[in-house]
Order: sequence, then structure tokens, then C-alpha cells
Amino acid sequence: MPAMKISLGPVLYYWPRDTLFDFYAQVAGWPVDCIYLGETVCSKRRALRTSEWIDLAREISKSGKQVVLSTLTLIEAESELSTVARLCDNGDLLVEANDMAAVHLLNEKHLPFTTGPAINIYNSRSLNYLQRLGLIRWTPPVELPRTTLAEILKEADELGFGKRIETEIFAFGHMPLAYSARCFTARANNLPKDGCEFECLKYPDGLPVYTQDNQRLLTLNGIQSQSGQVLNLIPEWKDMQDLGVRLLRISPQSQHMQEIIEHTHAALRQGVTPDLSAFIEGDGCNGYWFGQAGHMQLESGRTTP
Amino acid sequence: MELVAPAGNLPSLKAAVDNGADAVYIGMRNDTNARHFPGLNFEESNLAKAVFYAHVAGAKVFLAINTYPQPQGWTRWTHAVDVAADAGFDALIVADMGVMEYAATHYPHLRLHLSVQASATNRHALELYQRQFGIRRAVLPRVLSLEQVTRLANNSPVDLEVFAFGSLCIMVEGRCQLSSYATGKSPNLSGACSPAEFVAWQSTASGLESRLNGLLMDRFPAGTVTGYPVICKGRFRAAESVYHVLEEPTSLNTLELLPLLAKAGIKAIKIEGRQRGTAYVAQVTRVWRAALDALHTQADAFTVRQDWMESLARISEGAQTTLGAYHRPWQ
Repeated sequence: MPAMKISLGPVLYYWPRDTLFDFYAQVAGWPVDCIYLGETVCSKRRALRTSEWIDLAREISKSGKQVVLSTLTLIEAESELSTVARLCDNGDLLVEANDMAAVHLLNEKHLPFTTGPAINIYNSRSLNYLQRLGLIRWTPPVELPRTTLAEILKEADELGFGKRIETEIFAFGHMPLAYSARCFTARANNLPKDGCEFECLKYPDGLPVYTQDNQRLLTLNGIQSQSGQVLNLIPEWKDMQDLGVRLLRISPQSQHMQEIIEHTHAALRQGVTPDLSAFIEGDGCNGYWFGQAGHMQLESGRTTP
Repeated sequence: MELVAPAGNLPSLKAAVDNGADAVYIGMRNDTNARHFPGLNFEESNLAKAVFYAHVAGAKVFLAINTYPQPQGWTRWTHAVDVAADAGFDALIVADMGVMEYAATHYPHLRLHLSVQASATNRHALELYQRQFGIRRAVLPRVLSLEQVTRLANNSPVDLEVFAFGSLCIMVEGRCQLSSYATGKSPNLSGACSPAEFVAWQSTASGLESRLNGLLMDRFPAGTVTGYPVICKGRFRAAESVYHVLEEPTSLNTLELLPLLAKAGIKAIKIEGRQRGTAYVAQVTRVWRAALDALHTQADAFTVRQDWMESLARISEGAQTTLGAYHRPWQ
């Protein structure tokens, strides 16, 4: 059984340029195997230009870690398509497609690609189709239950392509749940999207939303709506490894990243269950994995609903 | 422009056809379509009747097979494709690549429309589906501005259909998991958003409370208008204020954009609401038929008639209507 790897997802929030450079300078020294880089949420965010993301990616890849360029998820304008095309044309680095536009461009160039959780793959036939178009790794939608994933991977083996793909699970962080034309962070500040004044910069971990009886419900991140609770599936890593999952994706947050990654890494090496509760605000959640509502937190190890 | 109307049962399909729909879209009574509600949609034995009624009147019928099958249910989706091909549907509305591959391989002459649930919002995504599966038309998610729709229509490899009227999804369709976050059920997983079995209403000292699987969606003081509890239309607290954080309970009405959509080259306009009653289908279809006919005869002199707007306002969800994302300041 190949060892489970740790990946660091793209920064989903709008962090200032210097924060990003500082962050990735540290990441180079952390025990992560794979790093996703790039703006996946809003094309108005320009902390780094596209060419700078590519340069940064090349720089980090010198450390021996795998680096993947992540592309925009909701693509509406021609300028956004050009940005995606430039990332796909980078020449040497692997690209994560977060929209079928990127799949199309990469397939036309006969390049291999990975897919992020916003690509709707819910069965082995669509996974197989994308594999034939060039998919070599996929991160399933966050709502996909464990039992369904197990079926898909079993069928992938039966259909003869299981060995040609890697499965990565979005395992830690606020889950991306929805995308809209509307910017909810601008709306919260009574601003229109076209005059948003880059309000997202004020919220390095997104803007929290509570129900009227004070339950944390959502996290607003520009046009993206995220879970209010932090997903923590790291305790399920052994089960995932048995299913054939190869990578655990940890989504960057502004606090405790080094501890979260080091604890996870140590647990994987020692074959134990890491306790990350000290780094999670609130109860956390893991319901989707067990086929339940996503916001729920179920007892670890409960593998059948 | 083709007028595409919804129908959740045979009487609604007849109402749509009788009131001037060019095409009607329907679904089977299971989770192969995105309006999988109890008591709604067509038994397999009723599909032929639906197709016959529409075809005799010169209207088309589309079958929505627009959810994402999971391994355990795969044969329900392939069976739906088989049934549709056999029953003589004019097109299938599809979202999943596996289903598209099955349909394109087994029934190469069957026309495929890309469902809004496939979330294609740009020309490269459309090119992919066109090249791989030969899709002929795509339904656009309700997230593009009118300017973006116009530009896309200019260089799209396939015909475009856009939403004209009905309840308003403010998220990219096919890319929203808010419902499953609350309930475990979502359009992609189960063919339904915020199913009624998770909804609870309770009178409290602070007003009528609506909950979705226990999560408080809104509180309505006595005498105010209530809305169905979904996360995207709920009232929550963010940045120290309690307000409709995502969207007010409004619905979409684009009657005034009709000339611009026609000029942009949009091939079809779609009415939302397979879950609504026969009276809704009849009334909305009648108004939009009249508007399209007026546009055809009056061209640049077209104006929106007040009685159309009043007629539509009476059946809209919530008190207000909006242009949604078509109108840039909404975003």
C-alpha cells in the first residue's frame, strides 16, 4: 500500500501579496508532498499576476515538492479564459482544472491534468471519460460520501483504469460549497461587486455567518460560499488509505498551518490518529463522508450510516 | 426564439402546449432529474402520452435526465435514456459526462441539450461538450450578465437557452452544495434542493421560525410574508447585521430584456417551475407567448405591457421580481 501523501490546497482567500510570499517561503520547509498554487475564486484578486504565480510555482518546485497550478472555478469573461489559457500553456507544470474550460484547453494540448472538487464527478463512467481526456488525479466533490467513493474506485479497477488515476480527498478546512455571480463579501459591506474595494482582504479566513440563534452556518469568501464549520477528515486517513486514496488535501487558513501539517505528518508516519481539535474553532464537521448532512460532526471511525 | 415551458404532470404539459409553448420539458418520477419531489413528474407509462399530445399540437418535448448518477443507481439513468429514445423525445437535457457518453454512443441521432446543472458558463466549456458528445444546445446558469450572455452567444459553438422567468437560483446550478450541507440531500446527490421532509415551522415568542434540518433559516414577525426555508434565501447574521446574507426571496422576471435576448441570438427562453401547478404553467406560458408574438410583429416597437407584468407578479414566489445576474448591479 503506497504511503498517504499530504497536499496543500490553493489559498482560497484573498491574502495580500507579501502574506502570500511569506506563506510560501515557509511552506517550502513543511512536510507536504504537493502544493496547489493560484487564484481559484475571483479574477479581480490580483495579489500576484498570472506570470508571478507561475514563477513562484517554478521556484517552489525546486524544493522537490510537486507543484500544481490551480485555475479559476467560475469563468464568465474572455479575460478569465485568457488567464486559464496562460496557466495551461505554462510549459512544464501540472495544472488543476476547476472548470471544464480548463479540461478542454488541456485536452487540446494533450496534457495530463488534475481536477478539483468543483468538477462534478459522481460515478466511474464520468471519471473514466475524463481519464481518457487526460485526468491523472481527481478530488471528488466535498459532498461525495465514503460509500460512493468506495464504489467508484472499485468500478474504476473493474473497468481497468483504476491504476491510472490518483484520488485526493479535500480533508481539512472550510469546504467550498457554492459559487455565484454575486459577491457576498461586497454585499455584506453594502458595496456592489464592480466597486468591491477588495473587501475580501479584511477577512483572511472569510467572513463568518451565523444563524439568528448563533450557530455558525457559513463562511463568505467573495463569490464563494463555504461551510461555517471546519471539515476535519484527517482522523479517517487509514480508512481512506485502504480505499485507495493517495492524498489528503489541507486547505490553507491564516492560523496554525504549520502545526496542522506537522501533526498530520507525524500521525501518518506513526500510524496513529492525529488530534487537531486545538486548531479548529468550533465543533468541526465530517458529516458528508458518512453520508450525512455536511455540517454534522459524527464520531470518528463510523464508516456506515 | 423558442418558448420552453415546464411541466410536472400531464395536465401541466397540456396547459403548456395549449397556451403556446414551443417545447415542454419534463422529468421521470425518480432521481434522474433535478426536481425529484414526491407526487411530481411522469410515470414511465405516461411518457408516450405526453410526447403524443405535444407532437400532435406541433410542440416538442424534452426529457430532463440532468442529475449525476452514483454507481448504485447507474442503470436508472441509462434506462431513462433508453426510454426517452424509444418514446420519441425531441431532446434529452443532460448534465453527467457518463450519461452523455452512453446517450451519444447508443443513440447517436438523439439530440442532446446540456443541462444548466452542468455549469457551463463559457465557450471553452461548451466546446468540450460539443466536441465530445455533439451537444446541440446549452442552458446557461443564471450567473451571467446580459453583456456576458450576448458575448457568449456571439461565439458559442452551440445554440443557447437562457432562463427567462421563475424562481431564482443565485448560485451556479450544479455547483451548489448548500442544501446537502444542511440536510445531506442536494440537487447533484439526490435531485432535490432543501427537501420538504427537512422543513419545520414553529411559533415562538420572537415570531414564526423556519428551520431546515434543525438550522434556523429565518424568523418572521407576525403579519409578515414567509418564504420556503432555503439557505440562499435565509436571514442570518454577518458583519454585525441580520439580513438576507445571500439573497432576498425574489424571483426572476426578464420580460423587459426580451428584445435584447432576441438580438443577441439566444435560441430559446426557459420558464422555471416543474414543481409549480397547472395554473402557473398556463398563465406564465400565455403571457410569454403573447410577449414573443408581440416581439415578432412589433420588433423595435416592442414594449412590455402592464397587464403581463401584473399577471406574472401574481404567480411569482415572494413579493418582488428581479433581473438577477443579467443586471450587473445585482451582482
